Order: sequence, then structure tokens, then C-alpha cells
Amino acid sequence: MSSDHLSQTSRVPMFRRIDPAVLIAFGCIVALLLVGSLYSSSFLSPEYLLQQLKVASFLGVIATGMMMVILLGHIDLSVPWVVAVGGMMSTAMAAYGPLGEALAIPFGVLCGVILGLVSGIGVAYLRIPSMIITLAVNAVAQGLMVVHTGGFSPQDAASGAMRYLATGFIIPGVPNAVLVWGVVGAVAVFVLTRTTFGRSIYGIGNQERAAYLSGIDARRAVMLVFATAGGLSAFGGVLLAGYASKAAQAMGDPYLLPAIAAVVLGGTSILGGRGTYLGTVAGVILITLLQSILSVMQMPEAGRQIIYGAVIVAMLLLYGREKLLR
Amino acid sequence: MTEWRYLVNDNRGTLLAIAIFVVMFTIYVSNHPAGLTSNVVTTASNKGVLLAFVAMAQTLVVLTAGIDLSVGMIFVLTNCLASGLVFGTALETTIGVVAVLGAGLGCGALNGLIVIYGRLQPIVTTIATGAVFYGIALALRPVPGGEVNPVLADALTGKLFGFFPASLATLILVVLVVWIPFRRSVLGRAAYAVGSSDQAAYMSGVPIKAGKFAAYALGGLLASIGGLFLTFFTYSGEASAANGNTYTLFAIAAVVLGGVSLYGGVGSAIGAIFGALAFRTIGDLLFVFDLEPLWQPLFQGVVLFAAVCLGSLRLIQVRNRLEYFR
Repeated sequence: MSSDHLSQTSRVPMFRRIDPAVLIAFGCIVALLLVGSLYSSSFLSPEYLLQQLKVASFLGVIATGMMMVILLGHIDLSVPWVVAVGGMMSTAMAAYGPLGEALAIPFGVLCGVILGLVSGIGVAYLRIPSMIITLAVNAVAQGLMVVHTGGFSPQDAASGAMRYLATGFIIPGVPNAVLVWGVVGAVAVFVLTRTTFGRSIYGIGNQERAAYLSGIDARRAVMLVFATAGGLSAFGGVLLAGYASKAAQAMGDPYLLPAIAAVVLGGTSILGGRGTYLGTVAGVILITLLQSILSVMQMPEAGRQIIYGAVIVAMLLLYGREKLLR
Repeated sequence: MTEWRYLVNDNRGTLLAIAIFVVMFTIYVSNHPAGLTSNVVTTASNKGVLLAFVAMAQTLVVLTAGIDLSVGMIFVLTNCLASGLVFGTALETTIGVVAVLGAGLGCGALNGLIVIYGRLQPIVTTIATGAVFYGIALALRPVPGGEVNPVLADALTGKLFGFFPASLATLILVVLVVWIPFRRSVLGRAAYAVGSSDQAAYMSGVPIKAGKFAAYALGGLLASIGGLFLTFFTYSGEASAANGNTYTLFAIAAVVLGGVSLYGGVGSAIGAIFGALAFRTIGDLLFVFDLEPLWQPLFQGVVLFAAVCLGSLRLIQVRNRLEYFR
């Protein structure tokens, strides 16, 4: 949020100059693959890599929303239950005949957008710290889902379209989930780098006051970003429900920390205003590969958590440090 | 007269928290079938102090304009540790208690070191260290179990002189031994100063690093007292991620209810304690009114949401629209 970030973001990110953080992240991906290939030669096979990309694409969709929020200098802690809302509401909708099946995916995403909108109004207009309002929205979403499953015993099986989107193949060999992430990512890159809305996100992240004084409707932009992030989290939930062919209450829990970690490891400043989508892609793949390698090595859950936390702190110490106070 | 008014104005948040607690507790007791008996108060106190300790821990860090999203995990880790150390002879038990408190202090100190000398953002740091702490807890207690010195446990969860809850007495003791000296020391003043404006604190020669470090380390210590008490109530240890996340979330809610500003520098641990007790009482109101337990998460979520939105009432005082943006 300090002034010297401005000079960095005034260059169009992603194309002109690659952030060293992104290079380090990609370097770590290559290193992880090499370490993995020493362990088992199947680590470099196309099947394994495509499978990893498919698993990464769910996190990728969720991290896209998280990245936009973090670019504003805010954070979205409502990911766990918004993901669950997306999965559970779409599968519940799919129970209502052919029309329900057709509306399942849009309905799931819409529920996420509404929750995101509530957070967004809280952050933008009521000026509540984003960390707090998103925790509150998370708690409310959890309460709603507990009542929903306990009181109405809804359908939790995914519709055919959801399963196709997450596990099918339009292009032989390339999983649809990867294509979906590709489309979401392409739109995100276009919006962030080629539209005034995208530029205003970077502007607000650097200095909201300055953005407001330059004529940007800062509050509306913040609200819309949160709504988008909610929609993307819910869409991630829809895809996950399709992948597992059912929705469950705790399905979103393992996605909050990885989403934040992926964005931050990709070089996006947690204070906002600086970061590229390419970095987020690198972060998502890095996190997915790390998880995959730890599970292939049959590391118990305890060791996985410790290594995971330690790696995040270590990588951030490499390039995520703030300036010295003076 | 004017001095008295300054005092009230200075502690407005704390007084409001006390008022909310008194109102909620009166409603609770007057609708409780047993009425105001020593047993009802002891049960309520035992449930309340757990959250109160964790909320105090969070307060110390929040005062420095930071946030500790690992308090819940320190709480869970020290619970697991206590279930393996605090039993046997009086000497062994004492060593166990000291070791558990030391572990909590160490966890807090680690957070402090990374935030101060690593210059990483507290949110990301504590999410990552929280994963590490949870991993260690899981390694210590892969399945729930363990034991605790029953004499000590019963003494601290029972009643003093036959009527006063011992847990409440311990809470008061901790306030007198930890919070009051900290608040009155140079370090405590430094923690407040850093929270108000780190730049101004630096320029005034306040020992900011020591103040911040003390806040994080003591936060870990307070969370471990909470973990110790959890062991006394359950006679066992459990590495439950859900429990850790819930306490982190509820502690933030308690801090907000207790009038501690999340922007730092304003509020007190006493306010947070009453915030925690009020939050627990609100959760228990459902039981005295015989509502279905299914609705409890939603009810708590909505209360949290409403409490968070109350904070935005300060916007009414905004005279210049620029003050909306920080």
C-alpha cells in the first residue's frame, strides 16, 4: 500500500516483465518434479501431470477469486462454507426434475454470489474489516447449511452436467476441469490487465483513497470483487461436487489455506495492489504438487501439515518480506 | 468530574461488553429451570473461561494491529500436550503444567519472531504456523486419549469454599498476574502504541519490537492456559482441527464484542473476557428456550454477524467522505 508499489504496477503486469517471485515459484515446481522423479519415474509421465493439473484446477478456480480479493488488500475467509454452499445448493437444485438439472450449476454459483455480495457490502459500505465480515458470513453459511441438511434432507448427488464438467473430456486427453480453469483464468487475466475495472482493483489495492479521488467508484468495485470471489468459490464447490459426484458439509475446509497460500506464494502482495495471475497459476500448481508428493511418499497427515506450514513460511521469507520500518 | 468522564470514555467498549454480558446472563438465568444456583454459575463459568482465555490471547495480538489465526491451534496443541504430561505425583504434575505453559509461550514467541524479524504479515504467518501447530498436535495424539491428574482437574473445575467457581477464580488470578502487569508496563504501553501507529511509536523511541514480541508470546501463554483447562474438563486430549478453528473464530467474535478495535490500539483484555462470556451465554440461550440444537450454528452465526455490523455505527460520525477510505 505504499507509494513505491505504484511505480511497479503501472507497468502492465504479466507480459512486460516477470516478477522474481513468479520465477522462484516456477523454479520450485521444477525442483519438486525432479525430487519426485528421483522417488518414482512416473512423476514425469504425461498422465500424472495431467491428473495433477485436473486436481489443481479446482483450487485454481477458487484461488482466482481469492487473488482478486487479495489484490484489493482484503482477504476472504469465507471460502470453506461458500464452497460447500456452492456444492450443496447445486446438488439440491438438481433434484427438481430436468429444469432443476439445467439450473443446478447457475443456482449454486448464484448462492455464492449472494454470500459474496453480503461480504462485499459489509467491507465496502459498512467498512467492516474483511477478515471479520467474511468469518461472520462463513459462520452464517455454515449455520444455513446445517439447518438445510438437518431439516430438509436434500439430494446430495451431483447432476450429469456437473460430473461432465469436472471429470469429462471434450478434447481427448485434456480433462474438462482443466479447460474450465483455463477459461476462468483467461477471463481473469483479461479483466485484470485489459479493463478499467481490473486496473481499478490494482489502484484500490495500492491506495483506496487515491483511487477514490481519481474518480473510481471504489466501494462499488470492492463490492463487485467480493461478489465475484463468492461466485468463483461456489463454482469451485460445484466442480468439486461433480468430481466427487456428491456434496458434503466439510468439502470446502481443505481449500482456505491452500487458496491463500497459492496466491501469496505466487508473489501477490498480501497488502494488495501487486501481483500477477501467472504467479497465482504457479502457486496453485506448486501447492498441488507439494500435496501430491507428500501423499505419494505416504507422509502421515501430521507430517504433511508441519511441512506444509513450514514451506509456506520459508518461501515467504525468501520473497514476501515487508520493508523495514524507518 | 471530568476525569471520571475521560475514564468512562476511554473504557467505553469494555463497559458496553460488561453491559451486554449482564443483560444476556440475566435473561439466561431467569429462564433457566434451576435459577441462580452455584451449580448453574459454575457450569456457565467453566464453559466461558475456555473462550475467555483464548479471547485474551487474541486481544494481546490484536492490540498491536496484528491478528493471530493460530490461537485455536495453540489451544488444541497444548490440550494434547497436557493430556500426556499433566499427571502422576504432585511434582510430575507441576513439571507437566510448567512444560505445557512453556510450550504455549514458545508457540506465541515463534509467531512473534516470524512477524517481527521475518517481517511477514501476521495473517499469513499465523495461518501457516497454525498448520504446523496442528500437525504437531496430531503427531502427539493421532487418536483422542490421554489422562490428567484428577485431583488438580477436579479442584480447578469445581467450587471454592463451596460456592465460587474455581475456574472463574483462576481467570481473575490470570488477569491480575498477566494482564494488569502487562498493561501497566512499558511493554504493554508499547504494544498499544504500535497498534495505534507504528510509525509514530517508532519515532517516539518506544520499544516496538519488544512490545510486539511480548504481546505474541503472552498470547501463546494465555492460549495454553485455555488448553490446560480444556484438558481439565475433558480429562483427555484431542487433535481436532474443527475445535481449533471454532475457537479461533469465536475468539475473534469475543474480541469484537468486547470492544477491542481490530485496527489495533484500542480496547482491553477485560472487555474481551466479558465479550467471550457474553458470546457463550448467547449460544446457551438456545438451550434454555428449548430450541432445536440444529439451529445453534445459524443462531451463533447471525449473532456474530450482527455484532460485527454494530461496529459500523461509527460511520455515522464520519463528516468527510474521505474518512471512509484508509
